[in-house]
Amino acid sequence: MSVDTVSLTGWGRTAPTTALRFRPRTYEEAAVAVRGCGPRGSIARGLGRAYGDAAQNAGGSVLDMTALNRIRTIDAATGLVVCDAGVSLHRLMEVLLPLGWFVPVTPGTRYVTVGGAIGADIHGRNHHISGSFSRHVQDMELLTADGGIRTVRPGTALFDATAGGMGLTGVILSATLRFQPVATSLMSVTTERAVDLDDLMARLTASDHRYHYSAAWIDLLARGRATGRSVLTRGEHAPLHVLPARARRTPLAFRPGQLPVAPALVPHGLLGRTSVALFNELWYRRAPTYRIGELQKLSTFFHPLDGVPHWNRVYGRRGFVPYQFVVGFGQEEALRRIVRRISRRRCPSFLAVLKRFGNGDPGWLSFPMPGWTLALDLPATLPDLARFLDELDEEVATAGGRVYLAKDSRLRPETLAAMYPRLPEFRALRAELDPDGAFRSDLSRRLGL
Amino acid sequence: MKDAFGAPQSLLVLGGTSAIGLATARRLIARRTRTVWLAGRPSPALESAAAELRELGAYVRTVAFDALDSESHETALGKIFTEGDIDMVLLAFGILGDQGRDEEEPLSAVRVAQTNYTGAVSAGLVCAGALQAQGHGSLVVLSSVAGERARRANFIYGSSKAGLDAFAQGLGDALHGTGVHVMVVRPGFVRSKMTAGMPEAPLATTPDAVAEAIVTGLRRHSETVWVPGALRVVMSALRHVPRPLFRRLPV
Repeated sequence: MSVDTVSLTGWGRTAPTTALRFRPRTYEEAAVAVRGCGPRGSIARGLGRAYGDAAQNAGGSVLDMTALNRIRTIDAATGLVVCDAGVSLHRLMEVLLPLGWFVPVTPGTRYVTVGGAIGADIHGRNHHISGSFSRHVQDMELLTADGGIRTVRPGTALFDATAGGMGLTGVILSATLRFQPVATSLMSVTTERAVDLDDLMARLTASDHRYHYSAAWIDLLARGRATGRSVLTRGEHAPLHVLPARARRTPLAFRPGQLPVAPALVPHGLLGRTSVALFNELWYRRAPTYRIGELQKLSTFFHPLDGVPHWNRVYGRRGFVPYQFVVGFGQEEALRRIVRRISRRRCPSFLAVLKRFGNGDPGWLSFPMPGWTLALDLPATLPDLARFLDELDEEVATAGGRVYLAKDSRLRPETLAAMYPRLPEFRALRAELDPDGAFRSDLSRRLGL
Repeated sequence: MKDAFGAPQSLLVLGGTSAIGLATARRLIARRTRTVWLAGRPSPALESAAAELRELGAYVRTVAFDALDSESHETALGKIFTEGDIDMVLLAFGILGDQGRDEEEPLSAVRVAQTNYTGAVSAGLVCAGALQAQGHGSLVVLSSVAGERARRANFIYGSSKAGLDAFAQGLGDALHGTGVHVMVVRPGFVRSKMTAGMPEAPLATTPDAVAEAIVTGLRRHSETVWVPGALRVVMSALRHVPRPLFRRLPV
């Protein structure tokens, strides 16, 4: 097992801290690293796609799980897959798409590990139909603070604490996942424009249930009557018969394209108000008012940013701060207020996404709840951004909503408790299972999880 | 832990009655700071400073600390770090001395040097070690423009700050990559009780302005901060003025 001292940040590249990094290749090595961790504890880390400080542990140990990357068994008849926690969704797609199986839930990037997907209980564009990632986990092996390995099944307290538990209940070593069958690797996509926020919400409410995948890109810089204008992209896995003859010969090919790597040094003002406003204008005008049945590659539909390796560098050295919140149905007024505030403030966010969530998930700290979720990325250098986001937190908490921990790097501990009502149970379980704090992260220290 | 904007949750002020230290603490409490340690010689002033910060909603503790007693630093400061992470240490103690008297009485000049330099070296190293062990944190060192180039009017104070400044820069480089961030703050003339009754220099500033610059520096992860920012240009010009001319300048 290799060991080194590294400075780590999340994908947002803010708040670096230094830790001892272990790279276990077997479950035993992982257990040794956890048992040997000092008073500052340990935390598992996958591909570092959590935006904030969830997979950092200042002065302690970080277990880089990416060497535990074997797919152990595949049941091609039922779509049950057993794999190590360090396997990425990218790898699972590479291996399983040709067999006609697709991951049950994918976020905006394929470069997340299975362990990270469970730990953050990620959601995708199909949340309103399929729920979060952990709903498709049949069981998992969890390395707990005592150094033992437990099999954890849904319906137990430990499972619900681990799903969305940000790695603080233990190290997920492997999981059994239920995949969904697909006939092709293409998506049949419907694109439409919404002229403002109300139009968008009306369209999503009226017809979301007809699509398996649905999300809308929203222009947060548009003002006045255009506030909240959006482009909805909703789709299905394309059935075989809609493919052109040529594509029908290899219907399950998985060929994500790759663009050049983002340069290491980008001036931090690149994504300013003007450039982002221009981008948004073009993006909105380029979109068709209504188009159905367009065939897109999986990677284009789900993971457009994965085409540019290290895209997080475009925000420059000082990084960026993502913000994602959800407010329940019935709190549309809060959503409108927040969108208006962001647009009035002219925050340069060029990849903002609005989506309707379906039913909540069982994880105690799982983010999704039935309602509206808005995700945006902002350069960390915006003046007075810290205070502005604090004000948004207040709005969200007052509306009974919450912000997403996998994207958080700045929440107040007091606000967190108001947003996650099952936090006391989570703390109690942790106190019982891990009294000495073998699992800690910068996130857990900052928020007192 | 510090958040994405560099705002600390816990703060240790060395020199707990320093006007700049308290102005910074007030600003940080308005952001994320919940725990403040004020280290200084036990005095009513220290307690009233603590009481003032408590009113802002922070959990404040005072701890006895004497810059001149280097031997005690290890235990006095080490104890603070055992009670929890410190996200930011503000090294704010220092004395101005009285140039005229100090030139007459070498021992009182030595006191200035020992407080501002020797004391800061030992306290700085103790804190740097503790921050390094916790893998994160900022050490903010209050230097001064007086250390940038020695002036006839205050070279004893200036030389002590020059030493401190060089020490802090080197420490910053030594700690690069350990997760610890060292920031050197060089204010100009600051209107405070330390400078009360002195003739004001050009580009004078206030403790609040220095505090604001510190908060911005934390957000930007700066290594050097000048307050006001214009001093950076002024001093880089003054640094190159020939000695015979510099001697005659009315600064």
